[in-house]
Amino acid sequence: MLRLSDVHTYYGKSHILHGVSVEVGPGEVVGLLGRNGVGKSTTLKSVMGLVQPSHGRITFEDRDITGIAPHRVAHLGIAYVPEDRRIFRLLSVLENLRTGLDRPGVSEARRAVLLDKVYASFPVLQERRNQLGGTLSGGEQQMLAIARAMMLEPKIILLDEPTEGLMPRMVSQIRDIIDRLHQEGVAILLVEQNVGLTLGACNRCYIMEKGLVRHHAPAAELQADPSVIRQYLGI
Amino acid sequence: MSAGSSAKGFWLCFAVVVALLAVAPLVLPEFWRRFLTEILIWGLLAMSSDILIGYTGMVSFGHSVFFGLGIYGAAAALLIVSPPNLWLAIALGLSAAAGVAVFVAYFATRLRDIYFAITTLVFSQIFYVVIFTWTAVTGGENGLYFNQPPLGIPGLFSLKFSTESLHWFVLAVVAISYLLVRRITQSPFGMVLQSIRENEPRTRAIGYHVERYKIVSVMLSGVFAGLAGVLYAIQNKFAAPDFVFFLVSGEVVIFNVMGGIGTLVGPFLGAAFFLLLREGLSRFWSEYYLIPLGIIFTAMVIFMPQGLLGFLRRRLNQ
Amino acid sequence: MLPFDQILIQTVNGLVNGMVLALVASGLTLIFGIMDVVNFAHGDLVMLGGFVGAITVASTGSFTIAFFVAALTIAAFGVLLQITTLRPLIGRDPLTTILATFGVSLVLQKYALWQFGPSARVIPQPIPGQFDLFYLQYPWYRVGAAVMAGAIIGALYLFLKYGKYGIWIRATTQDRVMASAMGIPVPWVHTGVFAIGAAMAAASGVLFAPLAAVTQTMGSDFTLRAFIVVVVGGMGNLGGSILAAIFVSLLEAYASLVVSPAQAVIVSFVALILTLLFRPTGLFVSTTR
Repeated sequence: MLRLSDVHTYYGKSHILHGVSVEVGPGEVVGLLGRNGVGKSTTLKSVMGLVQPSHGRITFEDRDITGIAPHRVAHLGIAYVPEDRRIFRLLSVLENLRTGLDRPGVSEARRAVLLDKVYASFPVLQERRNQLGGTLSGGEQQMLAIARAMMLEPKIILLDEPTEGLMPRMVSQIRDIIDRLHQEGVAILLVEQNVGLTLGACNRCYIMEKGLVRHHAPAAELQADPSVIRQYLGI
Repeated sequence: MSAGSSAKGFWLCFAVVVALLAVAPLVLPEFWRRFLTEILIWGLLAMSSDILIGYTGMVSFGHSVFFGLGIYGAAAALLIVSPPNLWLAIALGLSAAAGVAVFVAYFATRLRDIYFAITTLVFSQIFYVVIFTWTAVTGGENGLYFNQPPLGIPGLFSLKFSTESLHWFVLAVVAISYLLVRRITQSPFGMVLQSIRENEPRTRAIGYHVERYKIVSVMLSGVFAGLAGVLYAIQNKFAAPDFVFFLVSGEVVIFNVMGGIGTLVGPFLGAAFFLLLREGLSRFWSEYYLIPLGIIFTAMVIFMPQGLLGFLRRRLNQ
Repeated sequence: MLPFDQILIQTVNGLVNGMVLALVASGLTLIFGIMDVVNFAHGDLVMLGGFVGAITVASTGSFTIAFFVAALTIAAFGVLLQITTLRPLIGRDPLTTILATFGVSLVLQKYALWQFGPSARVIPQPIPGQFDLFYLQYPWYRVGAAVMAGAIIGALYLFLKYGKYGIWIRATTQDRVMASAMGIPVPWVHTGVFAIGAAMAAASGVLFAPLAAVTQTMGSDFTLRAFIVVVVGGMGNLGGSILAAIFVSLLEAYASLVVSPAQAVIVSFVALILTLLFRPTGLFVSTTR
């Protein structure tokens, strides 16, 4: 469904991605592991159109989406939950959700249904729906960021380090959310530092090093043989 | 190209250009002679602005202040002291410009980018209003008329300027100024300025006292702009608030952009290009020449951000 | 001792001028806040709005029609302008937008001179009559213009807070990148906001015209004052611009009791400089963001 082929991306003069090739099938949960700075976030940003690849191709459902504008990527069914969440701090929780909800082709009734569904999954957001995004705690902001992405009814969500800076209790909540999304058939490309969470939640994992994918294996295999993880991540 | 041959190449080019400019008034009709002199003066003004824009990265809309003060300073010297003395005019004009430059320099260190640009714009308007309304001293709207001083050293000799000799005098002053500024921008000082333009926080982090460099940069820029004003006053024998209006600053920035910022030579090209276009366009468009000129300028900002010089360089390198 | 009634009259004048200026400045700060564009040609949009309004009034006799025609025409022109000159500059040094809009400003001023001739245009006051304000006969229209300006700004505020596109605009202003990732068509939001700013500028021009004549060069004056207001109020801060506009206009009104109006303008310059020195983020911005 989503395929990156030999993608090279630069930030200014820095050559970050040296030819990344990754695939995510419909409904799959795929992990992207690696040390800091290897280009995991840049890979997600390249898919989303937030940075332009200089070389290579990105296709989604057999349609070339390399370098197209982010808002069009979103309309095609790819949602993005960035590192640091980046919720709209001066908009209320409800307004944050509405940025994804107010799309062409979605009836009022459908919007109400989507909103109820998200409130059911995240009751704390319903409680705080009129509060400004900036007043929420870190964990609540993370939930809002994910909920906001769900408003787009995406086929795949790009999740960038969702558990960063969260307490263990919240980490397991994130794991539940990922499982729930998987059950609903939403694919996920998960970038994470938390190896345990990643191996538990994903079907398979890519491991990146210095802008390239170095290893690719089913999660079970990586769990069985920790030496691979130790080799690339030093853990 | 080795350093030796490129230096020789430069001096050769420079000598040729100066020679051409020196000979030109002998073959051109009167109107074009004065025109050429004006191009040199405006070019000097634009070059002074380039020190700020092209080398230090600070866009200023306030050069009309330095220019205007150069004019009015020279005017003051030529009106108050009799017989009119060239050197006094220069001294007074430069001091006036330098005085204001100190003031502006202070703001340069406190403000960045857009805020600095807006503040310099406001300054030029403040001066405009002051000069416009302080009729007793500045002649207000009507301006000041005065006599052209002779070239001379009191007690030794005195030569009245003709169009040609004035042109050579201006050419000499401008050529020397250009060489001076070029020397400065190529020195370690100039390198630091460019580093400030590229990445100010990093320059500061390395340990350079960015404020001091900015102050010196503004002072240099202001003094040369004032010099251009003095030359203008001497050529035209007339001072008016119009020269302090912020549009003049805007035009200066136009010269910079059209010619190519950060090149020192670019501003001269830009001034020449603008003034020639103005001459040419006003034949067909009379006072509305700014319509096509403005469009050309805006298009150049969008499509030719490196200016004429950048464009020519790329062409020549192909 | 300054006469009390003169001070009160100047207070009213300051408020009236302030509201019209606030309308101009709101557009400018909105544009800057969302796309980091310093629109040097903003005052010229005011001027063009005034001219279009004057011409429409002359041919239709209706101020209301003129008002809407001017706002819509200039909004459309704003769209054209943004697409041709500002979109290509996205991602470049923000100072290029100052230069580009400066070039546009020159063209617009001369174009107005060319199309409308050198004489000033006047629009007759749509609300006739005066009332007694102390020893003066104060025109009702002045108050009416201030109220209209206030109403438009109020409408803008409501639109931003509650309208569907209001959320898009606010989200894009806060975080252009994430707004785009959420499917908001950011380039069109930019164009839309520029159009709104242009329409507001044009509206100010039409409101202003009956107070004083519309001249081809008034654009620079408005642009300069609007800049000052926007900086004093905090760039991108809508509420701040309005307060700053009133503040600066009141200062100028009081100053003109002591010096000539041409010199009173220095007061606003000084206010700007003091703000930049001591509270560069703006006088009316709360320190907690």
